[in-house]
Amino acid sequence: MKISIASGKGGTGKTTLATNLAYLLSQKSPVILADLDVEEPNSGFFIKGKEIHEKKVFRMIPEWDKEKCVLCGNCQRVCKFNAVIKLWEEVLVFNQLCHSCYACSELCPQNALPMKTYEVGKITEFEQNNLHFIEGKLNVGEEQAVPLIKETIDFTNHNYSSDILRIFDAPPGTSCPVIEATKSADYIILITEPTPFGLHDLKLAVEVMRELKKDFGVIINRYGIGNDDVVQYCEDERIPLLGKIPNMKKAAEAYSKGELLSEAIPEIRSAILDIIKNLQDREVLL
Amino acid sequence: MKEIVVISGKGGTGKTSITAAFAMLAGKNAVIADCDVDAADMHLLLQPDFAKSEDFYSGFKAEIDQELCMKCGKCKQACRFDAVKKIDDSYNILNLDCEGCGYCAEICPVKAIQMVEQNVGKWYISKIKNNAQMVHARLGIGADNSGKLVAKVKKEAKNIAQEASKDFILVDGSPGIGCPVVSSLSGADYVIIVTEPTLPGFHDMKRVYELVQNFHLTAGCIINKYDINKEISEKIKSFCKKNSIDIISYFPYDETFTQAMTQGKTIVEFDDGNLKKILENSWKKIISLTDQH
Repeated sequence: MKISIASGKGGTGKTTLATNLAYLLSQKSPVILADLDVEEPNSGFFIKGKEIHEKKVFRMIPEWDKEKCVLCGNCQRVCKFNAVIKLWEEVLVFNQLCHSCYACSELCPQNALPMKTYEVGKITEFEQNNLHFIEGKLNVGEEQAVPLIKETIDFTNHNYSSDILRIFDAPPGTSCPVIEATKSADYIILITEPTPFGLHDLKLAVEVMRELKKDFGVIINRYGIGNDDVVQYCEDERIPLLGKIPNMKKAAEAYSKGELLSEAIPEIRSAILDIIKNLQDREVLL
Repeated sequence: MKEIVVISGKGGTGKTSITAAFAMLAGKNAVIADCDVDAADMHLLLQPDFAKSEDFYSGFKAEIDQELCMKCGKCKQACRFDAVKKIDDSYNILNLDCEGCGYCAEICPVKAIQMVEQNVGKWYISKIKNNAQMVHARLGIGADNSGKLVAKVKKEAKNIAQEASKDFILVDGSPGIGCPVVSSLSGADYVIIVTEPTLPGFHDMKRVYELVQNFHLTAGCIINKYDINKEISEKIKSFCKKNSIDIISYFPYDETFTQAMTQGKTIVEFDDGNLKKILENSWKKIISLTDQH
Protein backbone atom coordinates (compact mmCIF):
# COMPACT_ATOMS: atom_id res chain seq x y z
CA MET A 1 0.00 0.00 0.00
CA LYS A 2 1.23 3.45 -0.92
CA ILE A 3 -0.32 6.49 0.75
CA SER A 4 0.64 9.96 -0.43
CA ILE A 5 0.03 13.02 1.73
CA ALA A 6 -0.58 16.18 -0.27
CA SER A 7 -2.21 19.56 0.33
CA GLY A 8 -2.37 22.23 -2.33
CA LYS A 9 -1.48 25.00 0.11
CA GLY A 10 1.92 24.88 1.82
CA GLY A 11 2.34 24.74 5.57
CA THR A 12 -0.90 22.91 6.35
CA GLY A 13 0.73 19.97 8.13
CA LYS A 14 1.78 17.43 5.48
CA THR A 15 5.06 16.72 7.20
CA THR A 16 3.47 16.62 10.66
CA LEU A 17 0.92 14.08 9.50
CA ALA A 18 3.38 11.99 7.48
CA THR A 19 5.96 11.71 10.25
CA ASN A 20 3.47 11.02 13.03
CA LEU A 21 1.49 8.48 11.01
CA ALA A 22 4.69 6.69 9.99
CA TYR A 23 6.08 6.76 13.52
CA LEU A 24 2.94 5.42 15.22
CA LEU A 25 2.32 2.76 12.57
CA SER A 26 5.95 1.60 12.74
CA GLN A 27 5.45 0.55 16.36
CA LYS A 28 3.42 -2.38 15.06
CA SER A 29 4.95 -3.22 11.67
CA PRO A 30 7.58 -1.91 9.23
CA VAL A 31 6.85 1.39 7.48
CA ILE A 32 8.70 3.32 4.79
CA LEU A 33 8.42 7.09 4.96
CA ALA A 34 9.65 8.90 1.84
CA ASP A 35 10.07 12.68 1.88
CA LEU A 36 9.23 13.70 -1.69
CA ASP A 37 9.13 17.43 -0.95
CA VAL A 38 12.62 17.46 -2.42
CA GLU A 39 12.85 21.25 -2.76
CA GLU A 40 12.39 21.73 0.97
CA PRO A 41 12.42 18.32 2.72
CA ASN A 42 11.55 18.62 6.42
CA SER A 43 10.50 15.17 7.66
CA GLY A 44 14.08 14.59 8.81
CA PHE A 45 13.66 17.12 11.62
CA PHE A 46 11.10 14.88 13.27
CA ILE A 47 12.41 11.39 12.54
CA LYS A 48 15.71 10.80 14.30
CA GLY A 49 16.98 7.67 12.63
CA LYS A 50 20.46 6.31 12.04
CA GLU A 51 21.82 7.18 8.62
CA ILE A 52 22.58 3.97 6.77
CA HIS A 53 23.08 5.05 3.20
CA GLU A 54 23.50 8.13 1.08
CA LYS A 55 23.68 8.33 -2.67
CA LYS A 56 24.05 11.13 -5.13
CA VAL A 57 21.42 11.41 -7.83
CA PHE A 58 22.38 12.26 -11.36
CA ARG A 59 20.61 13.24 -14.51
CA MET A 60 21.93 12.81 -18.03
CA ILE A 61 22.78 16.00 -19.90
CA PRO A 62 24.40 16.38 -23.33
CA GLU A 63 27.93 17.73 -23.51
CA TRP A 64 29.19 19.38 -26.67
CA ASP A 65 32.21 17.83 -28.37
CA LYS A 66 33.72 20.66 -30.36
CA GLU A 67 36.06 18.38 -32.31
CA LYS A 68 33.29 16.22 -33.75
CA CYS A 69 30.67 18.93 -34.35
CA VAL A 70 30.09 20.17 -37.89
CA LEU A 71 27.67 22.90 -36.73
CA CYS A 72 24.68 21.51 -38.64
CA GLY A 73 22.27 22.87 -36.02
CA ASN A 74 20.12 19.73 -35.85
CA CYS A 75 20.42 19.66 -32.04
CA GLN A 76 18.95 23.13 -31.70
CA ARG A 77 16.16 22.24 -34.08
CA VAL A 78 15.07 19.09 -32.23
CA CYS A 79 15.26 20.55 -28.70
CA LYS A 80 11.78 21.66 -27.60
CA PHE A 81 13.12 23.24 -24.41
CA ASN A 82 15.62 25.72 -25.88
CA ALA A 83 18.28 23.92 -23.88
CA VAL A 84 20.65 23.49 -26.83
CA ILE A 85 21.51 26.61 -28.79
CA LYS A 86 23.88 26.98 -31.70
CA LEU A 87 25.52 30.34 -31.46
CA TRP A 88 27.92 31.25 -34.25
CA GLU A 89 30.56 28.54 -34.12
CA GLU A 90 29.57 27.13 -30.78
CA VAL A 91 26.86 24.92 -29.29
CA LEU A 92 25.69 25.88 -25.82
CA VAL A 93 23.86 23.49 -23.47
CA PHE A 94 21.70 24.98 -20.69
CA ASN A 95 21.59 22.26 -18.04
CA GLN A 96 18.65 23.76 -16.14
CA LEU A 97 16.43 23.74 -19.22
CA CYS A 98 17.37 20.23 -20.38
CA HIS A 99 14.78 17.50 -19.77
CA SER A 100 17.20 14.64 -20.53
CA CYS A 101 15.18 13.35 -23.49
CA TYR A 102 18.33 12.35 -25.45
CA ALA A 103 16.90 13.63 -28.76
CA CYS A 104 19.76 16.04 -29.53
CA SER A 105 22.34 13.47 -28.54
CA GLU A 106 20.98 10.45 -30.36
CA LEU A 107 19.96 12.37 -33.48
CA CYS A 108 23.30 14.12 -33.86
CA PRO A 109 24.82 12.82 -37.12
CA GLN A 110 28.34 13.27 -35.73
CA ASN A 111 27.79 11.94 -32.18
CA ALA A 112 29.01 15.31 -31.03
CA LEU A 113 26.64 15.56 -28.04
CA PRO A 114 27.34 12.54 -25.84
CA MET A 115 25.24 12.34 -22.65
CA LYS A 116 27.14 12.96 -19.42
CA THR A 117 26.04 12.65 -15.79
CA TYR A 118 25.05 15.78 -13.93
CA GLU A 119 24.35 15.84 -10.18
CA VAL A 120 20.91 17.12 -9.15
CA GLY A 121 20.59 16.05 -5.52
CA LYS A 122 20.87 13.16 -3.12
CA ILE A 123 18.85 10.42 -1.50
CA THR A 124 19.57 9.50 2.12
CA GLU A 125 18.25 6.46 3.90
CA PHE A 126 17.73 6.39 7.67
CA GLU A 127 16.55 3.67 9.99
CA GLN A 128 14.77 3.91 13.32
CA ASN A 129 13.67 0.43 14.44
CA ASN A 130 10.81 -0.49 12.10
CA LEU A 131 10.74 2.90 10.42
CA HIS A 132 12.72 3.29 7.19
CA PHE A 133 13.02 6.92 6.26
CA ILE A 134 14.13 7.95 2.76
CA GLU A 135 14.80 11.59 2.02
CA GLY A 136 15.21 13.14 -1.42
CA LYS A 137 16.97 16.52 -1.37
CA LEU A 138 17.39 18.72 -4.44
CA ASN A 139 20.60 20.71 -4.86
CA VAL A 140 20.00 24.45 -4.54
CA GLY A 141 19.99 26.01 -8.00
CA GLU A 142 18.49 22.91 -9.62
CA GLU A 143 15.05 23.85 -10.92
CA GLN A 144 13.47 20.52 -11.79
CA ALA A 145 12.13 18.54 -8.86
CA VAL A 146 10.38 15.82 -10.86
CA PRO A 147 13.41 13.66 -11.81
CA LEU A 148 14.55 13.47 -8.18
CA ILE A 149 11.03 12.66 -6.92
CA LYS A 150 10.90 9.84 -9.44
CA GLU A 151 14.34 8.56 -8.36
CA THR A 152 13.34 8.64 -4.70
CA ILE A 153 10.22 6.57 -5.37
CA ASP A 154 12.27 4.16 -7.52
CA PHE A 155 14.76 3.84 -4.68
CA THR A 156 12.05 2.61 -2.30
CA ASN A 157 10.75 0.23 -4.98
CA HIS A 158 14.15 -1.31 -5.59
CA ASN A 159 15.26 -1.58 -2.01
CA TYR A 160 12.16 -2.69 -0.14
CA SER A 161 9.56 -5.37 -0.57
CA SER A 162 6.31 -4.09 -2.02
CA ASP A 163 4.45 -5.57 0.99
CA ILE A 164 5.73 -2.81 3.25
CA LEU A 165 3.47 0.21 3.77
CA ARG A 166 4.78 3.36 2.12
CA ILE A 167 3.93 6.88 3.22
CA PHE A 168 4.92 9.71 0.88
CA ASP A 169 5.30 13.30 2.09
CA ALA A 170 4.42 15.19 -1.12
CA PRO A 171 5.37 18.76 -2.09
CA PRO A 172 2.81 21.62 -1.94
CA GLY A 173 0.98 22.97 -4.99
CA THR A 174 -0.95 21.29 -7.79
CA SER A 175 1.56 21.11 -10.65
CA CYS A 176 4.03 18.53 -11.95
CA PRO A 177 5.95 17.76 -8.71
CA VAL A 178 2.66 16.92 -6.94
CA ILE A 179 1.52 14.72 -9.83
CA GLU A 180 4.80 12.81 -9.70
CA ALA A 181 4.50 12.33 -5.92
CA THR A 182 0.89 11.11 -6.06
CA LYS A 183 0.38 9.32 -9.37
CA SER A 184 1.76 5.97 -8.19
CA ALA A 185 -0.04 6.05 -4.81
CA ASP A 186 -3.04 3.86 -3.97
CA TYR A 187 -4.60 6.39 -1.63
CA ILE A 188 -4.16 10.14 -1.15
CA ILE A 189 -4.69 12.07 2.06
CA LEU A 190 -5.25 15.79 1.49
CA ILE A 191 -4.50 17.82 4.57
CA THR A 192 -5.80 21.36 4.88
CA GLU A 193 -6.63 24.06 7.39
CA PRO A 194 -10.11 25.47 7.99
CA THR A 195 -9.44 28.87 6.42
CA PRO A 196 -10.35 30.47 3.07
CA PHE A 197 -6.81 29.83 1.73
CA GLY A 198 -6.94 26.24 2.95
CA LEU A 199 -10.35 25.63 1.37
CA HIS A 200 -9.45 27.28 -1.93
CA ASP A 201 -6.30 25.21 -2.37
CA LEU A 202 -8.06 22.06 -1.15
CA LYS A 203 -10.57 22.44 -3.98
CA LEU A 204 -7.68 22.62 -6.48
CA ALA A 205 -6.07 19.54 -4.95
CA VAL A 206 -9.40 17.69 -5.11
CA GLU A 207 -9.66 18.53 -8.82
CA VAL A 208 -6.18 17.09 -9.37
CA MET A 209 -7.02 13.88 -7.51
CA ARG A 210 -10.27 13.47 -9.45
CA GLU A 211 -8.36 14.03 -12.69
CA LEU A 212 -5.89 11.31 -11.62
CA LYS A 213 -8.87 9.12 -10.62
CA LYS A 214 -7.48 8.63 -7.13
CA ASP A 215 -9.22 7.48 -4.02
CA PHE A 216 -8.73 10.20 -1.40
CA GLY A 217 -9.86 11.63 1.93
CA VAL A 218 -9.37 14.91 3.80
CA ILE A 219 -7.88 15.80 7.18
CA ILE A 220 -8.34 19.21 8.78
CA ASN A 221 -5.35 20.49 10.71
CA ARG A 222 -5.45 23.40 13.17
CA TYR A 223 -9.11 22.63 13.64
CA GLY A 224 -10.74 25.37 15.72
CA ILE A 225 -9.36 28.41 13.88
CA GLY A 226 -11.17 29.85 10.88
CA ASN A 227 -14.61 28.49 10.09
CA ASP A 228 -16.55 25.34 9.20
CA ASP A 229 -16.56 25.83 5.41
CA VAL A 230 -14.12 22.96 4.81
CA VAL A 231 -16.35 20.55 6.75
CA GLN A 232 -19.35 21.75 4.75
CA TYR A 233 -17.45 21.42 1.47
CA CYS A 234 -16.46 17.82 2.25
CA GLU A 235 -20.07 16.98 3.13
CA ASP A 236 -21.41 18.59 -0.05
CA GLU A 237 -18.84 16.84 -2.22
CA ARG A 238 -19.17 13.54 -0.32
CA ILE A 239 -15.46 13.49 0.41
CA PRO A 240 -14.59 11.43 3.48
CA LEU A 241 -13.33 13.53 6.38
CA LEU A 242 -10.70 11.30 7.93
CA GLY A 243 -10.00 13.36 11.02
CA LYS A 244 -9.33 16.68 12.67
CA ILE A 245 -6.13 17.74 14.38
CA PRO A 246 -6.80 20.45 16.99
CA ASN A 247 -5.30 23.94 16.79
CA MET A 248 -2.93 24.54 19.71
CA LYS A 249 -0.17 27.10 20.13
CA LYS A 250 1.64 24.37 22.11
CA ALA A 251 1.75 22.30 18.92
CA ALA A 252 3.38 25.15 16.98
CA GLU A 253 5.98 25.45 19.75
CA ALA A 254 6.73 21.71 19.84
CA TYR A 255 6.92 21.63 16.03
CA SER A 256 9.38 24.53 16.05
CA LYS A 257 11.81 22.42 18.11
CA GLY A 258 11.51 19.35 15.91
CA GLU A 259 9.46 17.38 18.43
CA LEU A 260 7.21 14.64 17.17
CA LEU A 261 3.75 15.97 18.10
CA SER A 262 2.29 12.55 18.89
CA GLU A 263 4.98 12.18 21.55
CA ALA A 264 4.83 15.75 22.84
CA ILE A 265 1.09 16.43 22.94
CA PRO A 266 -1.47 13.80 24.07
CA GLU A 267 -4.41 15.49 22.27
CA ILE A 268 -2.54 15.30 18.97
CA ARG A 269 -1.53 11.71 19.59
CA SER A 270 -5.15 10.77 20.10
CA ALA A 271 -6.20 12.68 16.95
CA ILE A 272 -3.61 10.76 14.90
CA LEU A 273 -4.71 7.45 16.45
CA ASP A 274 -8.30 8.28 15.47
CA ILE A 275 -7.11 8.91 11.92
CA ILE A 276 -5.36 5.52 11.86
CA LYS A 277 -8.54 3.84 13.13
CA ASN A 278 -10.53 5.62 10.43
CA LEU A 279 -8.09 4.51 7.72
CA GLN A 280 -8.36 0.94 9.02
CA ASP A 281 -12.17 1.07 8.95
CA ARG A 282 -11.93 2.18 5.34
CA GLU A 283 -9.49 -0.63 4.64
CA VAL A 284 -6.83 1.82 3.49
CA LEU A 285 -4.68 0.40 6.29
CA LEU A 286 -4.67 -3.18 7.51
CA MET B 1 10.40 51.40 -10.54
CA LYS B 2 11.39 48.68 -8.07
CA GLU B 3 10.39 45.07 -8.25
CA ILE B 4 9.92 43.53 -4.80
CA VAL B 5 9.55 39.75 -4.60
CA VAL B 6 8.22 38.00 -1.49
CA ILE B 7 9.23 34.34 -0.98
CA SER B 8 9.58 31.98 1.97
CA GLY B 9 11.12 28.60 1.16
CA LYS B 10 8.69 26.83 3.45
CA GLY B 11 4.97 27.13 2.76
CA GLY B 12 2.46 28.55 5.21
CA THR B 13 4.71 31.12 6.88
CA GLY B 14 2.31 34.00 6.19
CA LYS B 15 3.80 35.17 2.90
CA THR B 16 0.51 35.89 1.14
CA SER B 17 -1.28 37.50 4.12
CA ILE B 18 1.65 39.87 4.62
CA THR B 19 2.09 40.63 0.90
CA ALA B 20 -1.63 41.40 0.51
CA ALA B 21 -1.42 43.84 3.42
CA PHE B 22 1.55 45.54 1.74
CA ALA B 23 -0.52 45.77 -1.45
CA MET B 24 -3.19 47.72 0.43
CA LEU B 25 -0.57 49.99 2.02
CA ALA B 26 1.17 50.62 -1.31
CA GLY B 27 -2.16 51.61 -2.85
CA LYS B 28 -2.07 52.81 -6.43
CA ASN B 29 1.72 53.17 -6.37
CA ALA B 30 2.12 49.47 -6.97
CA VAL B 31 1.19 46.82 -9.49
CA ILE B 32 0.56 43.50 -7.78
CA ALA B 33 1.67 40.18 -9.30
CA ASP B 34 0.57 36.86 -7.82
CA CYS B 35 3.26 34.46 -8.98
CA ASP B 36 2.21 31.54 -6.78
CA VAL B 37 0.38 30.34 -9.86
CA ASP B 38 -0.34 26.76 -8.86
CA ALA B 39 -1.97 27.62 -5.53
CA ALA B 40 -2.79 31.30 -5.89
CA ASP B 41 -4.62 32.72 -2.87
CA MET B 42 -4.00 36.45 -2.87
CA HIS B 43 -7.16 37.15 -4.86
CA LEU B 44 -9.18 35.94 -1.87
CA LEU B 45 -8.01 39.02 0.05
CA LEU B 46 -7.62 41.60 -2.71
CA GLN B 47 -10.79 40.77 -4.66
CA PRO B 48 -9.68 41.40 -8.22
CA ASP B 49 -12.38 41.91 -10.87
CA PHE B 50 -10.88 39.48 -13.46
CA ALA B 51 -11.51 42.22 -16.05
CA LYS B 52 -9.21 40.83 -18.71
CA SER B 53 -8.31 37.19 -19.18
CA GLU B 54 -6.25 35.28 -21.69
CA ASP B 55 -5.37 31.63 -22.26
CA PHE B 56 -1.78 30.62 -21.78
CA TYR B 57 -0.17 28.08 -24.08
CA SER B 58 3.13 26.46 -23.29
CA GLY B 59 4.81 23.13 -23.92
CA PHE B 60 3.66 20.22 -26.04
CA LYS B 61 2.19 16.74 -25.80
CA ALA B 62 2.58 14.06 -28.44
CA GLU B 63 -0.46 12.68 -30.26
CA ILE B 64 -0.39 9.54 -32.40
CA ASP B 65 -2.58 9.35 -35.49
CA GLN B 66 -3.73 5.72 -35.33
CA GLU B 67 -4.68 5.73 -39.03
CA LEU B 68 -1.12 6.55 -40.08
CA CYS B 69 0.69 4.52 -37.42
CA MET B 70 2.32 1.36 -38.79
CA LYS B 71 3.05 0.04 -35.29
CA CYS B 72 6.83 -0.16 -35.61
CA GLY B 73 7.30 0.76 -31.92
CA LYS B 74 10.20 3.16 -32.55
CA CYS B 75 8.45 5.86 -30.52
CA LYS B 76 8.27 3.56 -27.51
CA GLN B 77 11.96 2.73 -27.81
CA ALA B 78 12.99 6.37 -28.06
CA CYS B 79 10.88 7.72 -25.19
CA ARG B 80 12.89 8.20 -21.99
CA PHE B 81 9.76 8.95 -19.96
CA ASP B 82 7.87 5.68 -20.49
CA ALA B 83 5.08 7.78 -21.98
CA VAL B 84 4.32 5.44 -24.90
CA LYS B 85 2.26 2.44 -23.93
CA LYS B 86 1.32 -0.47 -26.12
CA ILE B 87 -2.31 -1.36 -25.47
CA ASP B 88 -3.42 -4.47 -27.36
CA ASP B 89 -2.02 -3.76 -30.77
CA SER B 90 -1.81 0.02 -30.72
CA TYR B 91 0.69 2.53 -29.39
CA ASN B 92 -0.69 5.26 -27.13
CA ILE B 93 0.68 8.35 -25.41
CA LEU B 94 0.23 8.60 -21.63
CA ASN B 95 -0.47 12.30 -21.30
CA LEU B 96 0.66 12.61 -17.69
CA ASP B 97 4.03 11.09 -18.50
CA CYS B 98 4.71 12.85 -21.80
CA GLU B 99 7.33 15.60 -21.37
CA GLY B 100 6.67 17.07 -24.79
CA CYS B 101 10.25 16.59 -25.99
CA GLY B 102 9.16 15.62 -29.50
CA TYR B 103 11.76 12.87 -29.91
CA CYS B 104 9.07 10.36 -30.93
CA ALA B 105 7.59 12.73 -33.51
CA GLU B 106 11.06 13.40 -34.89
CA ILE B 107 11.89 9.75 -35.53
CA CYS B 108 8.48 8.38 -36.54
CA PRO B 109 9.10 6.97 -40.04
CA VAL B 110 5.56 7.74 -41.23
CA LYS B 111 5.12 11.08 -39.45
CA ALA B 112 2.15 9.75 -37.49
CA ILE B 113 2.99 11.77 -34.38
CA GLN B 114 2.03 15.42 -33.95
CA MET B 115 3.27 17.67 -31.17
CA VAL B 116 0.30 19.68 -29.91
CA GLU B 117 0.79 22.89 -27.97
CA GLN B 118 -0.89 22.80 -24.56
CA ASN B 119 -3.27 25.24 -22.95
CA VAL B 120 -1.81 25.21 -19.45
CA GLY B 121 -3.76 27.96 -17.77
CA LYS B 122 -5.16 31.47 -17.83
CA TRP B 123 -3.77 34.80 -16.78
CA TYR B 124 -5.70 37.91 -15.77
CA ILE B 125 -5.33 41.65 -15.47
CA SER B 126 -7.61 42.97 -12.77
CA LYS B 127 -8.43 45.98 -10.69
CA ILE B 128 -8.35 45.13 -6.97
CA LYS B 129 -10.42 46.68 -4.21
CA ASN B 130 -8.17 49.71 -3.70
CA ASN B 131 -8.20 50.28 -7.50
CA ALA B 132 -4.61 49.20 -7.97
CA GLN B 133 -3.90 46.77 -10.79
CA MET B 134 -3.06 43.13 -10.29
CA VAL B 135 -1.78 40.49 -12.69
CA HIS B 136 -2.54 36.94 -11.65
CA ALA B 137 -2.99 33.51 -13.13
CA ARG B 138 -4.35 30.07 -12.72
CA LEU B 139 -2.37 27.06 -13.82
CA GLY B 140 -4.47 24.27 -15.30
CA ILE B 141 -4.98 21.15 -13.24
CA GLY B 142 -1.83 19.07 -13.19
CA ALA B 143 -0.16 21.28 -15.78
CA ASP B 144 3.54 21.83 -15.90
CA ASN B 145 5.38 24.90 -17.13
CA SER B 146 4.51 26.89 -14.02
CA GLY B 147 7.84 28.70 -14.41
CA LYS B 148 6.80 30.02 -17.80
CA LEU B 149 3.43 31.20 -16.53
CA VAL B 150 5.21 33.00 -13.68
CA ALA B 151 7.47 34.71 -16.22
CA LYS B 152 4.39 35.78 -18.20
CA VAL B 153 2.64 37.24 -15.13
CA LYS B 154 5.77 39.16 -14.20
CA LYS B 155 6.27 40.47 -17.71
CA GLU B 156 2.69 41.77 -17.93
CA ALA B 157 2.96 43.38 -14.49
CA LYS B 158 6.17 45.08 -15.56
CA ASN B 159 4.58 46.44 -18.74
CA ILE B 160 1.70 47.94 -16.79
CA ALA B 161 4.02 49.40 -14.17
CA GLN B 162 6.25 50.96 -16.80
CA GLU B 163 3.42 52.44 -18.85
CA ALA B 164 1.74 53.97 -15.83
CA SER B 165 5.05 54.96 -14.16
CA LYS B 166 4.33 53.09 -10.94
CA ASP B 167 6.87 53.00 -8.12
CA PHE B 168 6.63 49.30 -7.32
CA ILE B 169 5.83 45.85 -8.57
CA LEU B 170 4.93 43.70 -5.61
CA VAL B 171 5.30 39.99 -6.33
CA ASP B 172 3.94 37.13 -4.22
CA GLY B 173 6.13 34.11 -4.96
CA SER B 174 5.62 30.39 -4.37
CA PRO B 175 7.16 28.08 -1.78
CA GLY B 176 10.16 25.88 -2.56
CA ILE B 177 13.31 26.52 -4.59
CA GLY B 178 12.26 25.12 -7.99
CA CYS B 179 11.40 26.62 -11.36
CA PRO B 180 8.49 28.90 -10.34
CA VAL B 181 10.64 30.43 -7.59
CA VAL B 182 13.61 30.87 -9.92
CA SER B 183 11.26 32.55 -12.43
CA SER B 184 9.84 34.90 -9.83
CA LEU B 185 13.32 35.92 -8.63
CA SER B 186 14.69 36.77 -12.04
CA GLY B 187 14.75 40.54 -12.49
CA ALA B 188 13.93 41.35 -8.86
CA ASP B 189 15.32 44.49 -7.22
CA TYR B 190 14.66 43.39 -3.68
CA VAL B 191 13.67 40.07 -2.10
CA ILE B 192 11.68 39.69 1.11
CA ILE B 193 11.93 36.32 2.83
CA VAL B 194 9.03 35.63 5.20
CA THR B 195 10.07 32.93 7.64
CA GLU B 196 9.05 31.42 10.97
CA PRO B 197 11.30 30.37 13.87
CA THR B 198 10.89 26.62 13.48
CA LEU B 199 13.64 24.17 12.52
CA PRO B 200 12.00 23.56 9.11
CA GLY B 201 11.31 27.29 8.60
CA PHE B 202 14.95 28.26 9.27
CA HIS B 203 16.33 25.38 7.17
CA ASP B 204 14.11 26.25 4.20
CA MET B 205 14.95 29.94 4.49
CA LYS B 206 18.68 29.16 4.32
CA ARG B 207 18.16 27.09 1.18
CA VAL B 208 16.08 29.73 -0.56
CA TYR B 209 18.59 32.41 0.47
CA GLU B 210 21.34 30.40 -1.24
CA LEU B 211 19.24 30.72 -4.39
CA VAL B 212 18.85 34.48 -3.81
CA GLN B 213 22.65 34.71 -3.54
CA ASN B 214 23.07 32.84 -6.82
CA PHE B 215 21.16 35.72 -8.41
CA HIS B 216 23.23 38.34 -6.52
CA LEU B 217 20.09 39.93 -5.09
CA THR B 218 19.68 41.89 -1.87
CA ALA B 219 17.21 40.58 0.63
CA GLY B 220 15.35 41.46 3.79
CA CYS B 221 13.68 39.16 6.28
CA ILE B 222 10.39 39.15 8.15
CA ILE B 223 10.11 36.72 11.06
CA ASN B 224 6.49 35.70 11.56
CA LYS B 225 5.35 34.10 14.87
CA TYR B 226 8.75 35.11 16.33
CA ASP B 227 7.56 34.27 19.85
CA ILE B 228 6.87 30.56 19.31
CA ASN B 229 10.60 29.89 19.56
CA LYS B 230 12.71 32.85 20.61
CA GLU B 231 15.91 30.83 20.53
CA ILE B 232 15.52 30.07 16.81
CA SER B 233 14.38 33.67 16.19
CA GLU B 234 17.75 34.77 17.61
CA LYS B 235 19.54 32.31 15.33
CA ILE B 236 17.69 33.65 12.31
CA LYS B 237 18.65 37.15 13.39
CA SER B 238 22.36 36.26 13.58
CA PHE B 239 22.15 34.47 10.24
CA CYS B 240 20.69 37.64 8.72
CA LYS B 241 23.38 39.84 10.27
CA LYS B 242 26.13 37.55 9.04
CA ASN B 243 24.74 37.59 5.51
CA SER B 244 23.79 41.30 5.40
CA ILE B 245 20.10 40.46 5.12
CA ASP B 246 18.03 43.43 6.36
CA ILE B 247 15.80 42.56 9.29
CA ILE B 248 12.51 44.22 8.43
CA SER B 249 10.20 43.20 11.25
CA TYR B 250 8.91 40.57 13.69
CA PHE B 251 5.30 39.50 13.99
CA PRO B 252 3.94 37.72 17.06
CA TYR B 253 1.93 34.51 16.88
CA ASP B 254 -1.53 35.99 16.38
CA GLU B 255 -4.72 34.34 15.19
CA THR B 256 -5.97 37.73 13.98
CA PHE B 257 -4.29 36.77 10.69
CA THR B 258 -6.82 33.95 10.30
CA GLN B 259 -9.76 36.03 11.49
CA ALA B 260 -9.03 38.70 8.89
CA MET B 261 -8.63 36.07 6.16
CA THR B 262 -11.94 34.48 7.13
CA GLN B 263 -13.62 37.80 6.39
CA GLY B 264 -11.77 38.25 3.11
CA LYS B 265 -9.79 41.16 4.50
CA THR B 266 -6.13 42.01 4.76
CA ILE B 267 -4.77 42.65 8.25
CA VAL B 268 -4.59 46.41 7.71
CA GLU B 269 -8.31 46.55 6.96
CA PHE B 270 -9.24 44.35 9.89
CA ASP B 271 -6.95 45.12 12.80
CA ASP B 272 -6.47 48.55 14.26
CA GLY B 273 -3.85 47.63 16.77
CA ASN B 274 -0.40 46.17 16.98
CA LEU B 275 -0.33 44.12 13.76
CA LYS B 276 -1.41 47.06 11.63
CA LYS B 277 1.32 49.19 13.17
CA ILE B 278 3.99 46.56 12.49
CA LEU B 279 2.82 46.25 8.89
CA GLU B 280 2.85 50.02 8.31
CA ASN B 281 6.33 50.29 9.78
CA SER B 282 7.50 47.32 7.73
CA TRP B 283 6.26 48.84 4.48
CA LYS B 284 7.91 52.20 5.28
CA LYS B 285 11.13 50.36 6.01
CA ILE B 286 10.91 48.39 2.76
CA ILE B 287 10.44 51.61 0.77
CA SER B 288 13.50 53.14 2.34
CA LEU B 289 15.56 49.95 1.95
CA THR B 290 14.70 49.62 -1.74
CA ASP B 291 15.69 53.27 -2.19
CA GLN B 292 19.13 52.53 -0.78
CA HIS B 293 19.80 49.48 -2.93
